[in-house]
Amino acid sequence: MERKLLTKDSYKLLISKIISGKYQLVAPVKVDALVDFRRIKSADEITEDYIVTVSSAKSVAFPRNEKLFGFEKNNKKLEQTDFDFDSIPHTVLLGVRPCDAMGFASLTSIFCWDSVDKIYTTRLERTIIIGMSCAKADASCFCTSVKGNPGNTAGNDLLLTKTPDGDYITEIVTEKGAKLVAEFYELFREDKGAEKEPLLANVPEVFELDGILAKINSKFDDEVFWSEQAMRCLGCGACAYVCPTCACFDIQDESHGKTGQRVRCWDSCGLSLFTLHTSGHNPRQNQGQRWRQRLMHKFSYMPDRLNTVGCVGCGRCSRACPVDMNIAEHLKSIIDN
Amino acid sequence: MNNIQQKTKELLESGACTLIIGYEKGTGGKARPVFVRKAEHAAKLIFDESCDQNIAGYLYRQEIKNESKKAIVANNHTLKSIVELASENQIHEGDFMVLAFTAEGEIIELKSFEEIEKHVATLYHGLNDEDKATMQKIEAMTMEERWGFWENEFSKCIKCYACRASCPMCYCPTCTVEINQPQWIPVPSHTLGNLEWHVMRAMHLAGRCITCGQCAKSCPLDLPIHLLTYKVALDSEQYFDSVAGTSVCANNVLATFKTEDHENFIR
Amino acid sequence: METQNIYLPYLMEIEKISEEAPFVKTFRLKFINPEDAESFSFRTGQFGEYSVAGVGESTFCIASAPTRKGYIECTFRKAGSVTTALSDMEEGSTLGFRGPYGNVFPIDEWKGKSLLFIAGGIALPPMRSVIWNCLDLRENFKDITIVYGAKSVADLVYKEELRLWDERPDVKLVTTVDPGGETPDWKGEVGFVPTVLDKLAPKSENTIAIVCGPPIMIKFTFPILEKYGFADDMVYTTLENRMKCGFGKCGRCNVGKTYVCKDGPVFSLKQLKQLPDEY
Ligand SMILES: Cc1cc2nc3c(=O)[nH]c(=O)nc-3n(C[C@H](O)[C@H](O)[C@H](O)COP(=O)(O)OP(=O)(O)OC[C@H]3O[C@@H](n4cnc5c(N)ncnc54)[C@H](O)[C@@H]3O)c2cc1C
Ligand code: SF4
Ligand code: SF4
Ligand code: SF4
Ligand code: SF4
Ligand code: FES
Repeated sequence: MERKLLTKDSYKLLISKIISGKYQLVAPVKVDALVDFRRIKSADEITEDYIVTVSSAKSVAFPRNEKLFGFEKNNKKLEQTDFDFDSIPHTVLLGVRPCDAMGFASLTSIFCWDSVDKIYTTRLERTIIIGMSCAKADASCFCTSVKGNPGNTAGNDLLLTKTPDGDYITEIVTEKGAKLVAEFYELFREDKGAEKEPLLANVPEVFELDGILAKINSKFDDEVFWSEQAMRCLGCGACAYVCPTCACFDIQDESHGKTGQRVRCWDSCGLSLFTLHTSGHNPRQNQGQRWRQRLMHKFSYMPDRLNTVGCVGCGRCSRACPVDMNIAEHLKSIIDN
Repeated sequence: MNNIQQKTKELLESGACTLIIGYEKGTGGKARPVFVRKAEHAAKLIFDESCDQNIAGYLYRQEIKNESKKAIVANNHTLKSIVELASENQIHEGDFMVLAFTAEGEIIELKSFEEIEKHVATLYHGLNDEDKATMQKIEAMTMEERWGFWENEFSKCIKCYACRASCPMCYCPTCTVEINQPQWIPVPSHTLGNLEWHVMRAMHLAGRCITCGQCAKSCPLDLPIHLLTYKVALDSEQYFDSVAGTSVCANNVLATFKTEDHENFIR
Repeated sequence: METQNIYLPYLMEIEKISEEAPFVKTFRLKFINPEDAESFSFRTGQFGEYSVAGVGESTFCIASAPTRKGYIECTFRKAGSVTTALSDMEEGSTLGFRGPYGNVFPIDEWKGKSLLFIAGGIALPPMRSVIWNCLDLRENFKDITIVYGAKSVADLVYKEELRLWDERPDVKLVTTVDPGGETPDWKGEVGFVPTVLDKLAPKSENTIAIVCGPPIMIKFTFPILEKYGFADDMVYTTLENRMKCGFGKCGRCNVGKTYVCKDGPVFSLKQLKQLPDEY
């Protein structure tokens, strides 16, 4: 893979040039005590002090609320205004962790399953992903258990790895990445060939993925197993909403007088309402069944139907969970039980 | 701490209990709720300052309700919630055992709601210093500043409902946000809808919020939404002399009619 | 309609509203844009998302037959928000329709066979599409029998069509109402669908059975069919699960790894028996 070097000064310059150019720049910033992705206006807003951002980067392609189209009602007549594809901004997404970058492949597999969701794909096509390798990890990280690693290039267009001098090794992963480098070629130097590996965090493998994939199907009917696992789970949406690979959504109408819009917004299989029929019948009646859906969707249904594991090991769900439902730990217990 | 392990081990061994709801060490040393069924697992249980999560909500969870002999390791927040839930008839005396701690850290069993009430009476009910400071800061703001403060906060809410799910007082089988005929609260998580959601929740917790702050602690985006329910709790105390979580026989502010009510629209 | 937006509905005009039973209506819908009418096609068994702007979308099967071109029909029961809003609409109003989605009844494979349709309550709509489809291709099939039951006489839907089917010499129609649901002049059977079916003692030889109805009816109908020798791959039904998108993305309709919106809604009993208990 082609490599370049971006010195710390030219890194700042690159950011300023991106912002003043045709792109909007989305990067991790400090939001009070947290670090999350925001659209930024100056290089000074960016922080590098985070393991992973609270929310994943998915909202760039799959925003938490998205207008699908507008409408206007006049007595018996109805007019619709289609989604404006031209309105989708060209975006550079900076500071994405390798796990997050990998997550887009899962989302894409769902949004392009037979029918193509052009709103999602256009958003993603217009996004250039500049990843940042991880020098630090925490107890919730487990990318190495799901075939990722702290310096994984997959899913990135460019991947930066910070050297002890504060410069950035720049790996050019895709055509899109190469184009961006070409656009700002004067900022990039020849790479000095520093080794990347020692600069990366050490993330121990928690479980053996193949073991889980082989065993999880046989666990479906073990209701006791799932209900014991989900005993403390409260049934909220936190884990799914922060997850880079969760794609579930609801479709809702909002209107004011004659005009309105149809909106898609995030939804979660953890919520009891998710599968509730209008008749009151609910195919998933308890939290055990809903938790089973979460794990099986990611580790059985998606691998089976879409050839993708639906988890990149970012650990966000565990960090966001009010009761510390550590997903890696629960997966491991599938092998152990 | 070991006395919690000793005590629960005895309870499980003797068969006095078949389930202990308590705390264990979780990811990165954080405390988290745990359910212990076997005496040999009692060693998992901990109780220290890190165990500040309010776990009273598990008492009315259907899966747990069905367990006949259970005990809950209750911190001060959990105790107050037990009192409040009892006053609202959501849990019943004798359905569970309560293990609490004296100020000195001694483990005690509170045998009746009356004993819990007495114990709760010895506890501090006000806000902590940090919350007091933020509250004062907000109260000193002009209306525009306040609006700006909350607008910024509500813009972050992703409507994951972790706050509601972890609040023991949010037990409605169908929350108002889930009613769609009519749709009182918009489902998407835009700022205005989020504001409606949180104001609605604060109103529904009037005189019921026991000021444990669990909602804000659960929020992945760190919204200080507990301040909304706290404000209503302080008002309930000031105007109606009602402090949630202190009396099993308390008449709920929202459900009590008094002829000398300050508001005259009701008469 | 030129769009790349898979969520943008076709605009449809309600051409005709028929009151079928208490709370049950049928809409005949016409494409407002003639090109849409031209390019649209579907097969029997498929469903769509019908919407009232400002209220939302709701999932119904297409109740008309693909052999009848130029319009589609849906029959729905007033249940929640969208169906209530639909109920309040008048002829000439515009609504949204996305579709067709889902798989189909494999009627091509049924050529040369006898067909036994068994329906209960408001589950006749998905069946009506396939019944008309098969009647329009009548020469392709041998005997056609329809067993249809509802709670009471008033609850029977498609009364006009029941009369048409009853008059046809090439269709055997058996209608029934639950005990207590009959009126003094009721000429059909009285009893639950499975009981009436048992009395009918259907022949399974070279016969396909299509069963749609409330879960309880389905549950008691399958053993009767088994009793008369229907093999699992000769029995078909449809599943209903909460849906939003209709095309495998919103994530809520799956039964294990099977997505009702993509892999269904039509399943053979054989397939049904392999599904986990999650519907
Ligand atoms: C394949 C298939 C075919 C069907 N065919 C027919 C048919 O031919 N005829 C028929 O009558 N029925 C049919 N149904 C059933 C029909 O889809 C439901 O009865 C109908 O959708 C009820 O819609 P409603 O809007 O009236 O109900 P509501 O309960 O009001 O639901 C409205 C929508 O909002 C959602 N919702 C409700 N409350 C909330 C909330 N608080 N937050 C977020 N979302 C919420 C629901 O998920 C729903 O999508 C079929 C179902 C399926 C799956
Ligand atoms: S399931 Fe959890 S660990 Fe896996 S990708 Fe989603 S948030 Fe990250
Ligand atoms: S885990 Fe649940 S919320 Fe996430 S994508 Fe799968 S079904 Fe949807
Ligand atoms: S696992 Fe945690 S975050 Fe997910 S639904 Fe359960 S309580 Fe909420
Ligand atoms: S927990 Fe936080 S983000 Fe989630 S609904 Fe409550 S306030 Fe909003
Ligand atoms: S209806 Fe959306 S996935 Fe099936």
